[in-house]
This record gives sequence, C-alpha cells and structure tokens, in this order.
Amino acid sequence: MGSFFVITVIKAAIVFAVLMTTLAYLQWVERKVIAHIQVRPGPYRVGPHGLLQPLADVIKLITKEDLVPSYVNKPLYLLAPFLAITMALLSISVIPFGPTIDVAGHRTWMQLTDLNIGVLFVLAVSSMGVYGIALGGWASNNKYALLGGLRSSAQMISYELPLSLAIAAPLLLSNTLSLRHLVGTQAGAIWHWNVFRGPFPQIFSFIIFLIAAFAETNRVPFDLPEAENELVAGFHTEYSSMKFASFFMAEYANMITVSCMATLLFLGGWSAPWPAEYGSNWVPTAIFALAGVLALYHGLHPARRRDRLTLPVFGIVFFGIAAIFQLAILQSWLLPLFWFCAKTGAILFAFMWVRGTLPRFRYDQLMGFTWKFLFPVAVLNLLVTAFLVALVG
Amino acid sequence: MLIDTVLFYIFAALVLGGGILTITRRNAVHSAMWLIVSLLGVAGLYLQQQAEFLFAVQIVLYVGGIMVLFLFVIMLVNLDQAARERQFNRHWFVALVAVAAVGAEIGYFIYRGRTGFHIAELGAPIAAPHALGNTEMLADTLFSEYLLPFEIASLLLLVAVVGAVVMAKKRIQ
Amino acid sequence: MPGNFATASDVIRFLPEIILAVMGTLLMILDPLLHRRSSNAFGHLSILALAGALGGAIYAYLNGGPAFGGMLMVDGFATFFGVLVIVAGILTILPSYRFLARQGAETSEYHALLLFSVAGQCLMVAANDLIMVFIGLEISSISSYILAGYLREDKRANEASLKYFLLGSFATAFFLYGVALIYGSTGTINLAGVNVVLSGPGAPSLVFVGVAAALMFVGLGFKVSAAPFQVWTPDVYQGAPTPISAFLSAGPKAAAFAVFLRIFTTAFAPIGHGWEPLVWASALLSMTIGNFAALQQSNIKRMLAYSSIAHAGYVLVALTARSEVGTAAAMFYLAAYAFMNIGAFAVVSHLSGKGERYQNIEDFSGLAQKQPLAAAMFSIFLLSLIGVPLTGGFFGKFYIFKAALESHLVWLTVLGLLNSAVAAYYYLRILVMMYMREPAEATEAVEPLSPGLRLALIVPAIGTLFLGIFPNWVLDFAGKSSVLLK
Repeated sequence: MGSFFVITVIKAAIVFAVLMTTLAYLQWVERKVIAHIQVRPGPYRVGPHGLLQPLADVIKLITKEDLVPSYVNKPLYLLAPFLAITMALLSISVIPFGPTIDVAGHRTWMQLTDLNIGVLFVLAVSSMGVYGIALGGWASNNKYALLGGLRSSAQMISYELPLSLAIAAPLLLSNTLSLRHLVGTQAGAIWHWNVFRGPFPQIFSFIIFLIAAFAETNRVPFDLPEAENELVAGFHTEYSSMKFASFFMAEYANMITVSCMATLLFLGGWSAPWPAEYGSNWVPTAIFALAGVLALYHGLHPARRRDRLTLPVFGIVFFGIAAIFQLAILQSWLLPLFWFCAKTGAILFAFMWVRGTLPRFRYDQLMGFTWKFLFPVAVLNLLVTAFLVALVG
Repeated sequence: MLIDTVLFYIFAALVLGGGILTITRRNAVHSAMWLIVSLLGVAGLYLQQQAEFLFAVQIVLYVGGIMVLFLFVIMLVNLDQAARERQFNRHWFVALVAVAAVGAEIGYFIYRGRTGFHIAELGAPIAAPHALGNTEMLADTLFSEYLLPFEIASLLLLVAVVGAVVMAKKRIQ
Repeated sequence: MPGNFATASDVIRFLPEIILAVMGTLLMILDPLLHRRSSNAFGHLSILALAGALGGAIYAYLNGGPAFGGMLMVDGFATFFGVLVIVAGILTILPSYRFLARQGAETSEYHALLLFSVAGQCLMVAANDLIMVFIGLEISSISSYILAGYLREDKRANEASLKYFLLGSFATAFFLYGVALIYGSTGTINLAGVNVVLSGPGAPSLVFVGVAAALMFVGLGFKVSAAPFQVWTPDVYQGAPTPISAFLSAGPKAAAFAVFLRIFTTAFAPIGHGWEPLVWASALLSMTIGNFAALQQSNIKRMLAYSSIAHAGYVLVALTARSEVGTAAAMFYLAAYAFMNIGAFAVVSHLSGKGERYQNIEDFSGLAQKQPLAAAMFSIFLLSLIGVPLTGGFFGKFYIFKAALESHLVWLTVLGLLNSAVAAYYYLRILVMMYMREPAEATEAVEPLSPGLRLALIVPAIGTLFLGIFPNWVLDFAGKSSVLLK
C-alpha cells in the first residue's frame, strides 16, 4: 500500500513535469514548423535556435499585469480559465503511454491510472472543457468575447457527435472501453491496428476523428471562437497574464490529448509497426543516428555563424540518444515510449501543418460541413462497421 | 466505509444544494451552472454505486451535451430583462402553502410507510463481485430484457425532434 | 451473448406500432416528392397506414399473448382499445383534408405526428409494464402537444399548445414519480408483478403504495381530463385545430383510460378499497363540474370540452365499480363516446370556416335548412351524447350505471343520473338552434360537404346507431376482454 502511494506520486510528478515541458515546447515547435512552411527562421534570438524562447514566454506571461476588468461577472470570469486548464489536464491522467514496466523491483503501468471506462472518461472530461471557453466568453461582458463563446459552444456540440461516432466504430472492433486493453487488441503489427484492421478498416473513422478533433480543440481551420480578424481575440479578449496562459495551455493540452487518443484508438498505441524480429528495434537508433549525421553535416556548412557550434552539439546529443536505444535494460520501456511519442508527434505535426496551410472556414460552412456531411458519414461508417463486426463475429 | 459515507453526503449536498440554487438564482447563466453542479453530484452518486458507465454517460450527455446547449440558448437569448423583473407572481403565498401542505402530507405518508421501502435489501447484488463490468451488464440488460423500451424510446425522441422543428421553422407552407 | 432478442411472435404482436411508425417516418421522407403533386396524398397515405395498422392489430390479436418478455400484452382488451384508437385516427384524418386545405396548412408533419400519436396510444393500451406505459404515454402526449399548436399563426392555438405542454409535462412527472415509488417499494414495474407483490405476504405498507397510486392517479387523471385536473381541457380543445380536438377527446383519452383500467384493476387491484373513494370523488366532481360549466358556454368547442370532462366522469363511475362488468361498461362507453364526439367535432370543423371564425352556438342556427344531412348527423351525435335510447350513448350510460348499482354505488348512480339530466339542456339547445332558427351568417357561408367530410359524418353516425341498436356485439367482446385482464 505504501509503495503504491509513493509510486503514484512519483508517476504523477513525472507526467506533470513532462507534460508542462511539452506544452511549452510544443508551442516552440509549432512556431518553428509554421515559420519553415512560410520560409522564415522562426524564433531564433533566445538561446540557440530559440530553444529558450518558451522559458522567456513563461516569464513574460507570469510577470505581466493580471488585470480583472471592472465590468465582468467576477466568479465566472475567474472560474473559466481554471475550468479550461483543469479539464484539459485531467484527461491525461488516464492515458497510457506504454506497457507494464519493472522499476526497482516494483511492477507498474506507464499510466497514472487505468479506468475500465477510460475512453468514456476522456470523452466526458473533454466535453466539459467547452465550459471554460463558453463561460469565459460570457463572463467577460464583451460582445466579441460573447460571440466567441457562443461560437465555441455551438461548434463543440456539433462536432462532438461525429467525434463520438468515430470513436465508437473502432471500439466495436476492439470490444473494450479500457485504453490499455485497446492497445492490447491492436498489438503485433501494422495490419492489426484499428485503422487498417478487418473486417472494416477504420480509415474513415480516423479521418472523421481527426477533423472533429481539430474542431474540438478550436484549431485552424475551425478556430472561429478566436477568429482574430472578426472577433479581436474571441473568447479570451478580456484575459491577460496567467489567465490568458491557462487558455493557451489548455488548447495545447487538448491537442496532446486528442493526438494520444487517436494513437490509442487507431494507431495501435505503443506497439511497433512490425515485429521486433524483423528489426523494428533498430528504427529509433537509425532515425536518431541519421538526425545526428544531418546535424553534423550542417554544422560543417553552417548557414549562420552560431550554427558552427550548436549543430555539432546537437549531432552528438542525437548520437547519444541513438546509443541509449541500444541499451538492453532500457529497451523494454524506451521502445514503446518511442513509438507512442512518434505516432502522437506525427499527429501533432499534422495539426501544425494544417494550420500553416488551410484558411479558416466561414461559420455557416463550418456548421453545414458537420451536420450535412461529417455526421451522416460517421453514422454510415458506424453502421457498416457494426454490421460487418456482427457478420464476422 | 467511512469514506463512502462522507462521499455520499458530499455528493448528496452537491445534488440538493445545486438544485436549490438552480431555482433561486436570478441570473440564468448562474442557474445553469448550479444545475451542472447538481448533475455532477448525481454522476458522483452513480460512481459510488459502481455504475461507472452511467457516471460517464451522465457527464457526456447532460453536462457535456444538454447543458452546453442550454447555456448556448441562454447566452444567445438576452435574458437580462427577465432577470431584472420580479420572478414570483402574486400567488406565491398560496403556492407556498399548497406546496408545504402537499410536502407535509407526502412526508407523513412516506414516514408511515417507510417499512414498505425494500430498496436497501434489493441493493445487495451490487456489492456482490461480478465477472462482467458495469458497462457489459448494462448492455446485456438493455438489449435483452429492456429491448423494446430502449428501441421505442427512439420513436419518442423522433416525435420530439419533429415537433420542435414544426414549432420552430419559419412558416408552415 | 444472451440470445433472447425479438422473436417472430414478438414482432407479429407489435405489428400495428411498427406499421404506424414506419409509415409516419416514410411520410416525412416522401414530403418533398409528394407535396408538389397533391396535398391529399398525405391523407391518403395516412389512411392507408391506419388501415394497415388495423389489419395488423387484428392479426396480432389472432396470434395474441405476451410480447418482448411481458413488456406488452396483446389480449382482447389491448386489441379493443387498439382498434378504437386506430379508428379514431382514421376518423380524424377524414375531416382534416378539407380543414387543412382551408387553413392552407397541409404538411406531412401533421399526418406523421398523428400516426406517431396513434402508435403511442397502441403501445399504451398494450403495455403491461410501467416503463412501456410511460413511453407510450409520452409519445402520444408530445405528438398531441404539437398537434394542438399546429396552426402556429393562431394565438389561441399557441396558448393551447403551451398550456397543454406545460401542464401535461407536469402531470407526466407526477405519473413518473408514482412509477418510481412503485419500483422502490415493490421492486418491479411489471403490472402482474406489482399485483403479486401487493397481494402476497410481506406486502409493502399500504400508505406508501397509496402515495404512489395517488401520484399515478394525478398523472392519468390529467390525461383523461378528470376533475380536479381538468382545467386545461376547455382552453386546449378550443385552441386546437378542430379535427385535433376531436382526436384528443377520443384517441388519447381512450388510451389513457385503458391504461387507467389496466393499472388500477390489475396492479392495484389488491389495494382497491384504498383507491375507490378517490376515484369516487373524482368521478362525481368531473360529472358535476363538466355539466354545470358546459351550461354556460357559448363557444361550441368549449362546450364540447366541458362535456368531455363530464363524460370522463361517467367512465370513472365505471372504474369505481371495480368489477369486470364495470370494465366492460367503460370499454363500451369509450367506444360509443369516440364515435359520437368525433362526429360532433367533424360538424363543428365543417361549419367553422377559414380561420375557424364560426364557433359559437348561435352560428348553428338554421343549419337544418341549408344542409339537412349535416344537421341530421349532428342531431344523432347530440342525442347520443345526451343518452337517448337507440344510440350508443344510451347503452353506454345504461351499462355504467348498472355496473355501479351492482357494486352498491347507489349514491354515485343517483348523482350521475341527475347530472345526465342537466346535460340534456345544453345539448338540446344546439338542436333548437339548428332546427328552429333562421339561417345566420355562418350557415349562409357554409361550403358544400366534401366527400371526406361526408364520410367523416356518416361513419361515426352509423357507428353510434349500431352501438345503440346492437350493443351486444361490442359488449360481448368487451365482457370477454375484461375477464382476460388479469
């Protein structure tokens, strides 16, 4: 019992620290990705390649004046960002990152807690996230903020339907609501993943899920709640300092959650795309080694003077990571973690890629798209899946 | 056991307190928020009964769906005017007396008939260990014993939806 | 996996509801295709659906028995009321053709909601489980709320719909609360199961079940518009489109009474001595309030609404008798009442004109000169409502008071008969108007009888006379069915 508490506290601390760092750096990554899409260098001043930029941002946000306008509905105004960030962080607690591992003689899951209704729990918590935005918009007593809040509640409700239906379809294949078992049923190889698996590959669900997830997280092209050319800053117009940061972090935390959910539901979680005997263990080493080679090469032909120093250092770090992946003791938990992070990261990259590519929807298009297209397709997909699963099973 | 009892009273307080505040707040948004608190309390009570499926569904449907819609309508329709007006009509005293009388009457009957309430004994199977999870058991019951009510409820919802559209759309022709 | 999903016999016994639900949905899907061609198509299709459901109900009766694990009970009682509500549906659609065309409001939703409502009532009358009763009741009620406010441009219809909706939801909540208490105290919601628990050893305390029964009585009392839960009736009957008023007074009312009879004479039979005084008082109150208020009405729809309250009182007298004879009498009465009341409302619908301008009793003056057929039919219905021999209404009242006397309810019988005498006055007033006055503005403007309306007048008239001349055919069936109840 005692060790249970200790382990839980340690796990919670680790997950929290990693998550917070990821949140901060995800934003750096996003800025870099979009900058490169638009052929500019992105953050470059604070630290090598702007690596310390997130730190600077955090300091800025904390030290800014925390203003509460006099005309707001104070209790709800203060509650809104708190709700947003709490609900966003809460779902992480049931998401498994890897299989069972042994640490110092204790066997534990790479997950804070396993619920037998994990999928529903994530749905429930994320469905409550809308309150942060809707209430923030209403309590601000500002017409732009109110419009943002209204838009977000209508949008979230509308897209939650196809989202839920898209989640239900792979659940029919896996026949469980526990996120851990979900990965178990997809283990082995890429053709066991729900997205490619018989009797009906869930490729349509996957696409519907991603589209709806973009809308649920208020990301481009569905970022109407904060459309800056129409609504100033939308629902968070009246928020400053850490309260603004809370909304900001909530958005990124939600992105991480839905990416994790997509990985777990459709992409086999932490299982490798092909069995270890065919060399999937070497993939991380090869990737990091390649990255190291590239960094060293660019270090020899630097675009900027400073790169002559930084890029070789990066290269050496990459080589080090590549070597770590070959340590037999660590492989049992590093490899699943790598695959999980790789898949989640790929989806996160898609989020940024879309943001750098697509324009925003018009509001009627947004609603028409989900009710007239996405929802019927999701229903059809669910029906076909259910029919085929019943036929085969 | 003590924790269970304490949690029960916390959830019960959420349900009742939320309910009372829902009907006494003048600001419609505040009322909606307290209703959400009340619904969350119910979800907590479900969880205490180890009905985790109902817990999740309660939150997804009521808190995450229906109440968001409520809030949307409240925010869309300007209710400030209504909030400023007197909310109770002139018959509130009569209503109060009537409610108190009926309440006392029913309370008396329930008190007299409390021995007829067998729910505590019926609760026994919940404590028994079961191989199937709550979700599976619920599904089995719903799709075998209660198949007809479950399916026919969809007709009820269809009627309600059609009715709402008939009432709300712009012109009959 | 437990394999007890629906079997073939379940589906057969559920056939009328399936036909109605499918056809209702189909109507709405076909709406864009049919609307251009002919607005009568919806009516034709609905009548087809109801005729199919009628066939389905009879087929289900021939293969009767419990369905869906005892959720439904397809017996003579269910079939009797099922056929009654389906026929009420058909008789509602016949005058609707002309009515809707006149108001310029022909849509598929009107007919679809009507079909759904009938489907809900079919469920109610066959339900053998409180949860099915509740769902059927809600399907029927919600459709009725919408249909009552179907003419949205009309302020009265809006008022009717809103009042009906608010009070109706409230009443349903009462009913549901009663169901919850029953489940809490007996551990079952199956009607037969409740009966077993209540009559067996270790039955829960009467006071507690009494509260539950009283709450359910409130809910059902509202639906049948029994006093003191009748206040909505005049406003709703007046504001609703006239064919719908006719429907409300026949279909939902009969179905609610069917539920009333089934619950109180099966599940609550062991505590009958407990609820008898309650129903006794309500019966007397309904008759008295209905008849005396009807005396003062000048609007014909309001008058018929109050008369419908009074007639609910007569049926409650039959319920108070707590005997199989009483149940059979109630069934007979409801059938007769459905015919005569739908017929009466059809005449009102015919006369009321565009925008339902002509609704006053004076507007009927001289109808006999202008349209002897309509006046003659109306007379038959009114005489039947009074309870004159050779009409269904006479035998309905006769059997009810006979059953009441057999159960030694002498006072209730005497007061009921006195009430009938009072009622004669306001019905006869209309007869006088039609036959002894010169035509007025409304009767001058009345349009010729359309084929649908002609049918809607003649069929109920034949039904009323048939029940008055050969009552035994229906009564025998009702008597047999009332034995099957338990």
